[in-house]
Amino acid sequence: MTTAFFAFYLFATVLLVAAVMVISARNPVHSVLWLIVCFFNAAGLFLLLGAEFLAMLLVIVYVGAVAVLFLFVVMMLDVDFATLRSGMARYLPLGLAVAGVILAELLLATSGWTSGDGVGMATAPASAPDGMTNTQWIGSQLYTRYVFVFQASGLVLLVSMIGAIVLTHRQRIGTKRQDIGVQVARTPASAVHTAKPALGQGVEL
Amino acid sequence: MIGLSHYLAVSAALFVLGVLGIFLNRKNVIIILMSIELILLAVNINFVAFSAYLHQIHGQIFAMFVLTVAAGEAAIGLAILVIYFRNRGTIAVDDADMLKG
Repeated sequence: MTTAFFAFYLFATVLLVAAVMVISARNPVHSVLWLIVCFFNAAGLFLLLGAEFLAMLLVIVYVGAVAVLFLFVVMMLDVDFATLRSGMARYLPLGLAVAGVILAELLLATSGWTSGDGVGMATAPASAPDGMTNTQWIGSQLYTRYVFVFQASGLVLLVSMIGAIVLTHRQRIGTKRQDIGVQVARTPASAVHTAKPALGQGVEL
Repeated sequence: MIGLSHYLAVSAALFVLGVLGIFLNRKNVIIILMSIELILLAVNINFVAFSAYLHQIHGQIFAMFVLTVAAGEAAIGLAILVIYFRNRGTIAVDDADMLKG
């Protein structure tokens, strides 16, 4: 139990420190790197809770795809980030006030909360049922009871992919493109030209 | 002994940090998107913690759906950011007042 205890506080502390660095780093590239630290430590917390599949999903999908997408965009845009930070001191009091109110409410809610009648709340994180891994357990529910929601989430991804492509796609002027319709519609009459040149003279193309 | 309330406290703190990030970086939409990711991560920690302590899998499945939506949202948000930058040459979101909203 001491190992889990130590690991929880390590992951939680690094997670919160990294989150502070994400919102306060001077350079957005550093923000993205701290965000990656955040995701790794959240994955560690998920492992402690016995959710191995989600922990690996977080590392693969978030660190591998979303954070790298952020990194690409931050590095591709040529933005003067110093001017974007100018209002920080002005917004700090209001932000701290709102954040303090929300934190107080959330901590009050989570500390003064008890489970209802008939809800068995375990004292330690429970693992998967006997003879099942966490991944099998997720799959057994995801592909049966939640199959329509699963399909809908696939549609969400499809729509967001199409949306991102449609938004960022543009026709550049002056580039040569392949026109397949014109290629397929070619006939020998329009493509081949026979000539009978007189001896000693060239062919006028 | 690590209880459910420990995880809920971590998740609450992470959520608040995300909200604070939105307030502090009102102009920089990239950091705002990252703050939204932090908020969704806090929600996911809540889902998974309840799932583990209730000995039910549904919380983890919902966390997966939250992850899906968050990934789509990040992709669309960054696409909007790229075309906004292409048109305006800046990403200061407080200049985006053409719709007078």
